[in-house]
Amino acid sequence: MRFFRLVAAVAGKDLKVELRSREILYTMGLFAAVIVVVFSFAFVKDQTALVEAVPGVAWAAVVFAGTIGLGRAFDREREGDTMRALLLAPAPRLAVFAGKTVAVTVLVVAVEAVVLPLCLLFFNLDLGTAIFDLALVLVLGAIGFATVGTVFAAMLLRTQSRDVLLPVVLYPILVPMIMAGTKATAAILAADGGDAWFWIKFLAAYDAAFAVAALWTFEALVIE
Amino acid sequence: MKRILVPGLAALAAAGLAVTLYLIFYWAPLERTLNFNQKIFYWHVPNWFMLFSMVFLCGGASIGYLVKRDARWDDVAHAAGQLAVLFGAIGLITGSIWGKAAWGHWWKWELRLTTSLILWLTMLGYALVRRFAGAGSERLAAGLAVFGVVNVPLVYFAVKLADSLGQASAHPKTQVVAKLTAEMKTTFQLSVVTFMLLGAALLLVRVGAIRDERRLRELRERGLDAGILDS
Repeated sequence: MRFFRLVAAVAGKDLKVELRSREILYTMGLFAAVIVVVFSFAFVKDQTALVEAVPGVAWAAVVFAGTIGLGRAFDREREGDTMRALLLAPAPRLAVFAGKTVAVTVLVVAVEAVVLPLCLLFFNLDLGTAIFDLALVLVLGAIGFATVGTVFAAMLLRTQSRDVLLPVVLYPILVPMIMAGTKATAAILAADGGDAWFWIKFLAAYDAAFAVAALWTFEALVIE
Repeated sequence: MKRILVPGLAALAAAGLAVTLYLIFYWAPLERTLNFNQKIFYWHVPNWFMLFSMVFLCGGASIGYLVKRDARWDDVAHAAGQLAVLFGAIGLITGSIWGKAAWGHWWKWELRLTTSLILWLTMLGYALVRRFAGAGSERLAAGLAVFGVVNVPLVYFAVKLADSLGQASAHPKTQVVAKLTAEMKTTFQLSVVTFMLLGAALLLVRVGAIRDERRLRELRERGLDAGILDS
C-alpha cells in the first residue's frame, strides 16, 4: 500500500507543478493540433481529407507531441537539479519511476483528448459508440508510450544531445505499439469489431511486457 | 597467439570470399524460377545471419555489463553494435537489389523486411548513442540494446499478425535451404562460414580498438586526477 501512496505522491507532484504553469499541456496540445491540421492538408482530395489517413495522422500526432512532453517533463527535474533529491528520497526507485510514468500518461491522454476531436472534425468522421473503443485504444497506447518513454527519458537525462537522441532511440522500440494502434484505429473506423478487439489485446500485452522490462531495468539504468 | 589470430581469420575470410565468388558463378547451378538473380542469395542470407548474431551478442554482452558492471563486457557490446549496423546495411542493400530483380520492387512492407529494418534502425540508434551521448552513456546504451533485443519478437509477431489478417508474405521461406541441390547447399554453407570468419575478424579488431580507446581515456583521467597531466 505504501508503494502506491508513494507513486501517487510522485505523480501528484509532477501534475501539480504542471497545472500551476500548464506549460507542457499547452505546448504539447497546440503542437499535436498543428500536426493534425498539417497532415489533413496533406491528405486532401476533392476538398475532403482522406479517411484512410486518420490512423497514421492520429498516432503520428500523439507520438510526436508525446515526445516533446516527455523531454520537458524531465528537463524540469534537470533545471531545478531535483532529480537527485527525488532519487535520494526514502522511496524505492520503482515508485519514482511508476509515479513519473503515471504523470506522463496523464499528459499524453490530455493530448489525445485534443487529437481525437480534431481528427473527427477535419476528417468528417461520425463514429457513434465506437468512439469508446477508440478511446480505449488511445489510452492503452498512452500507457505503453509513457512506460517506454519514461525509461529512456530518465536514462538520457545526463547525456549530451538528448533532445535528438530521445526520438531516435525511442521510436524503433515503439514500432509494435504504433503498428497495433494504427491497425486498431483502422479496424474501428472500418467498423470491424473482431480485428479491433484483437489489436486492443495486443496493445495490452505490449504494455504489460514493457512495464515488466522497464521495472526490471530502471533501477540499473538511471544514472545519478 | 593474438598476433596471428586476427590476420589469420582475415586471410581465411578473404580466401573464402574469392572461393565463394567462384563457386557462386561457375559451380552452383542456375535456380529454376529466379534464374541468375538467385545468386545474390549466397551473400545476402549470411549477412543477415551475421546481423542477428551481432545483435544478440550486443544484447547478451549488454546484460553482462549491467549485471557485472565490468567495462570489458561493454567493449564487446559496443563493437558488436557497430558491426550489426554494417552487416545490416549490406543485408538491406543486397536485399533491395534482389527484391527489385525478383519481385519488381525495391522494398515491400513484408514480415522479415519490416522486422529487420526496425532492428537495424534500433542498432543505428545504438551507434548514435555511443558516438554522441558523451560520458556516462554506457548504461543507457546497454539498456537500449536490451530493449532492442526484447523488441525483436514483438515486431516480428506484430507484422506476422498484421500479415495474417491481410495478404500472405512473398519472402522466401526458411525451408528453402533444405530444398537446395547439393552444389547450392555447399556453396551456401561455405559463404556462411566465410562471413562468420569475416565477422569474427572484424569483431576482434573492433573490440581491441574500443578497449584501447577506453584504457587510454581512463589513464588520461587518472593522470589528470593525479596532477601529472595538464588538461
